[in-house]
Amino acid sequence: MNESYIQFKKKLLQAGSWQDKYREIMLLGKKLPVLPSELKVESALVNGCESNVWLYMEFNNEESKLLITADSDTRIVKGLVSIILYLYSDLTPNEILAIDANKEFEDMSLLKHLSPSRGNGIKAILNSIYEQALTMRK
Amino acid sequence: MFDIDNIRNEFPILKQIVNEKPLIYFDSGATSQKPQCVIDSINHFYSNSNANVHRGIHTLGDRATVAYEDARNKVAEFLNVQAKEIVWTKGATESLNLLAHGLANSLNTGDVILISALEHHANIVPWQQVCINSGATLKVIPLDQSSQKVELETTKKLIDLYKPKILSISHASNTLGNIQPVKDIIQYSKKYQTVTVIDGAQAFMHLRPDMTALDCDFYVFSAHKSLGPTGLGGLYGKYNLLNSLPVYQTGGEMIKSVSFNDTVFAQAPGKFEAGTPNISGVIAFGCAIDFMNKIDLIEQKTYETSLFLYLKSQLENISGIKLYGDLVQNIGTISFNYKNEHPFDIATLLDQHGIAVRVGNHCTQPLMKCLNIEGTVRISLAFYNTQFEIKQFIANLKQCLDLLD
Repeated sequence: MNESYIQFKKKLLQAGSWQDKYREIMLLGKKLPVLPSELKVESALVNGCESNVWLYMEFNNEESKLLITADSDTRIVKGLVSIILYLYSDLTPNEILAIDANKEFEDMSLLKHLSPSRGNGIKAILNSIYEQALTMRK
Repeated sequence: MFDIDNIRNEFPILKQIVNEKPLIYFDSGATSQKPQCVIDSINHFYSNSNANVHRGIHTLGDRATVAYEDARNKVAEFLNVQAKEIVWTKGATESLNLLAHGLANSLNTGDVILISALEHHANIVPWQQVCINSGATLKVIPLDQSSQKVELETTKKLIDLYKPKILSISHASNTLGNIQPVKDIIQYSKKYQTVTVIDGAQAFMHLRPDMTALDCDFYVFSAHKSLGPTGLGGLYGKYNLLNSLPVYQTGGEMIKSVSFNDTVFAQAPGKFEAGTPNISGVIAFGCAIDFMNKIDLIEQKTYETSLFLYLKSQLENISGIKLYGDLVQNIGTISFNYKNEHPFDIATLLDQHGIAVRVGNHCTQPLMKCLNIEGTVRISLAFYNTQFEIKQFIANLKQCLDLLD
């Protein structure tokens, strides 16, 4: 797993209250570069979001490692998207498929953000990463 | 006297702990909570009376049918109409679709259907579809930008201008809570024999409308937004007009006779209730009506207004908060935004405090466009909420906003 992810997970688990935890998540989101407005297009929107999430991802050709670029107009979702970036960036399809995202989110007590009723698209992002990884592995 | 403690005791869900905090349920506009008698009724029906209605010559079948039709009587009495003028549907949305489908044949190219800018998608899209097929045109009464309501004078002018064949507006807005001047609008549109449809999904529980006083042609409502179970709604229609509409769905129950060549349909309301209906839901909704009848309407309205005014004044005291809509004629629903913060973030943090609110466009995207916003945080109160809950909410909201600042 990416060191950046392991470090952040540790930080979250040390948070004393849910307020501190969400503050960390939002701060993480703040560090994510803002997507240029010309890339915030309809075709990049993740389906099923109450909030807007724009997602670009591809596996680079030589090493077959995942490159993700994403942004959101809400602070919390942007933070959650950043966690996903930390979790999966630069991994190969096999490494991606070996990760149990549900467990990771559960460990951080963030599992509810994967529920379909939240409408924040986190689940949709995970699904598309997983599907792309499956396709690449074939 | 309006005894809030007794009333709250009737709603078991309000005792829940959510995220380690006592639940504060401010999302009654999405669905109301259910009193114990409604919950018990569903259980009682399946334990004691379960049988299909209007069919078997046996005791259970009779019992189910009597209870089912008794609920129709209760709703009819509640709305001050005849029982045969009430049709059960699966929701207010289906009621509107039934009407749009039923009235489509009466429309010609160039006819106008008039709606308001405040409408829920369910009172926009079915009419749009009818327009595509009939050549009729959908026109919209605009939202007055300064008062943030649909003004009666503007409405009258547009009725004179378009002489609409159909006028379909909400009694109260789901997003803003505005109570619309439907009585005057209905009265005025009689000049042109306009068929008037009122979407009462939000108003039914808060205002308990009297059809004889309103004098609209059709009124649609939702059971689950009015203490009843989900999957049930209703439609009131003046009998001759209702009975003249073509059938919506076909099948069992709604026919008088069938041969392989030809079918004779039953009279309304039966002809609109194809297939086995939501029997337990209907009977439980009868209990919801009984529950509402036990609460004095004036006392309920006074109580709800006091909650609304308290919430409004508390929100107005927070700098950076912007409120939307008509804050005088209102069913107890407030939409707001805070600075440039996303409603989603505010609701996510409120949920950590056990507070349930709704965010987003509330199925009113055209209204959001009129207001030039993407969405709002919506608080929708009901008579089972308390001033204490509002106080807790305001304190917690301030904490959430601090976290975002």
